Amino acid sequence: MTKEYQGSPPVRALDEVSVAVTAGELVAVIGPSGSGKSTLLHLMGTLDRPSGGTVRVTGLDVAQMSDRQVSALRADRIGFVFQQFFLAEHQTVLANVADGLLYAGAARAGRRRLAAAALDRVGLAHKAAARPTQLSGGERQRVAIARAIVGSPPVVLADEPTGNLDSATGASILELLEELNQQGTTIIVITHDHAVAARMRRRIEMLDGRIIADTAPATSAYAAGPARKGRS
Amino acid sequence: MTVTSAPAPARLRPADLAGLASVGLRTRKLRAALSALGIAIGVAAIVAVLGLASSSQAGLLAEIARLGTNLLTVTNGTNLTGQPAELPDAAPGMVGQLPGVTAVQYTGTVATPVYRSPLIPPINTDGLSVQAASLGLPAVAGTSVAQGSYLNLATAGEPVAVLGHEAAQLMGIDRIWPGMRIWVGGQWFYVVGILNPAALAPQIDTSVLVGFPAAERYLGFDGHPSELYVRAVNTQAATTRVDNLLAAQANPEFPDEVSVSQPSQALTAQADAAGAFDTLFLGLGAVALLVGAVGVANIMIISVLERRQEIGLRRALGATRGQIRAQFLAEAILLALAGGAAGDVAGAAATVSYAHAKGWAIVIPPEAWAGGLGAALLIGAVAGLLPAIRAARLSPTEALWSL
Repeated sequence: MTKEYQGSPPVRALDEVSVAVTAGELVAVIGPSGSGKSTLLHLMGTLDRPSGGTVRVTGLDVAQMSDRQVSALRADRIGFVFQQFFLAEHQTVLANVADGLLYAGAARAGRRRLAAAALDRVGLAHKAAARPTQLSGGERQRVAIARAIVGSPPVVLADEPTGNLDSATGASILELLEELNQQGTTIIVITHDHAVAARMRRRIEMLDGRIIADTAPATSAYAAGPARKGRS
Repeated sequence: MTVTSAPAPARLRPADLAGLASVGLRTRKLRAALSALGIAIGVAAIVAVLGLASSSQAGLLAEIARLGTNLLTVTNGTNLTGQPAELPDAAPGMVGQLPGVTAVQYTGTVATPVYRSPLIPPINTDGLSVQAASLGLPAVAGTSVAQGSYLNLATAGEPVAVLGHEAAQLMGIDRIWPGMRIWVGGQWFYVVGILNPAALAPQIDTSVLVGFPAAERYLGFDGHPSELYVRAVNTQAATTRVDNLLAAQANPEFPDEVSVSQPSQALTAQADAAGAFDTLFLGLGAVALLVGAVGVANIMIISVLERRQEIGLRRALGATRGQIRAQFLAEAILLALAGGAAGDVAGAAATVSYAHAKGWAIVIPPEAWAGGLGAALLIGAVAGLLPAIRAARLSPTEALWSL
């Protein structure tokens, strides 16, 4: 797939990139800033649409879906984790996590129950009533991860999840992501940090809008599992 | 998971939308209060204007009801040559025999000046008149004795006077003491009482009342009544029937020389005028509403700019454009409604305190407060539309990664 941004001259952020991620993978997309890795995340997360090529998420062709349907796809099947956490400070931790289900159609009581379970999974059940401002950076990112997984989406996209954290805290966040991956969630981490990428089973290296290296996915999984994730 | 068809977006529940709409208000309380202030002032002005108009009207109507609408007055008109006509001496008695009439009292104008003392220059009459009055006049004319006593059979033949409310004020008399006297037609008359205001018969207010026998004996009065105060049975039909027959009954010979009126009609017209609201203040209220609308629109546009990340996050969490639009539109409406509700309360408080001070019944017409809330709702919707559309148009990537 290709992504061009309008302007003079137009910027080709992704140049005929082709990636397939199968269910259950733990993938790192690595590259310096400007390499196109964030654009790749936008396209895989359906936050943006490609200028050319096809994006499939869990088998669905995004190009043939309306904006409403793509929104529903995000609500249902994709969880996002951001470098800046994006937690609402006026809400409790539990309410922040429960907001991850706000647009999926669940009732409030059900959302809060699932949010409590998700907080338990990231080890922050005891902080449910706290405000995000009372938490450390690592705890905030755990809350953000809980929000991403509260609806049990098949895919979680993490954009520099350790970028604002010290290395020890970052390592614990990566451990958490690995743990979630072992429980069956496909996880794609975008990072510029080689130390982070080194922990992942599969690494996709990018530079100037192209993929320059891709440690091959486990062939058995690739052949057996149904395609879940982007191919161009 | 098997390949499935495209998911349909879930509807946002009304309770969740309400929660989302209140985020801006809860997190930025001062700003929300200030931006709703314009609408609050506008609605308060409109509610207060309408409430005060209705309350003052209710006050006047209550006053009219208390005084009664069944009072009719008969006065001597003018004859064919334009000279003042005279009512026959027998007029009160004849009117009293009319079916439907419950009481008749009368006064006769005595053409003589009245002063506080002989030292007052003759030109300073203060517009006061001397009236010979029958003995049951106050009750029938809708007034009562404020101080002292009214004329009775004994005092009606003596040089004794009772002052109308305004007459007492103009003479500088605010209380009665034994031996107090005034200078009537060149001799002293003793003051025995002061009347309360007579709303239905203001001519009594500026009168000095003396007895008929005294007027004839001391002031050279000819004894002709000049004004009759007639109470009819207290129904509209009976009053109208008496009204129609009154002229012929009072002066059968020259019914055209008699004029009959119903004083409560003038007060009713006054009440109608009081019920007409003040257009100027309503206009000011409308201007305040307009300014309030601009304030809400302004604050919503700023809010959308400030909350780009929140919008981006919500889009990433699966919010559709329509849900983002609904959130910001609902926030603008909630903001305006909060202003409208505050304005309703303030306007009602103003009406209640003013009406209470004036002793009026408190009337706040439903159109006033419901209209205020409705206007606020409309303003919120209109003012919030553009910011909401702008919020919904933000692309998720732009919103999330623009710092």
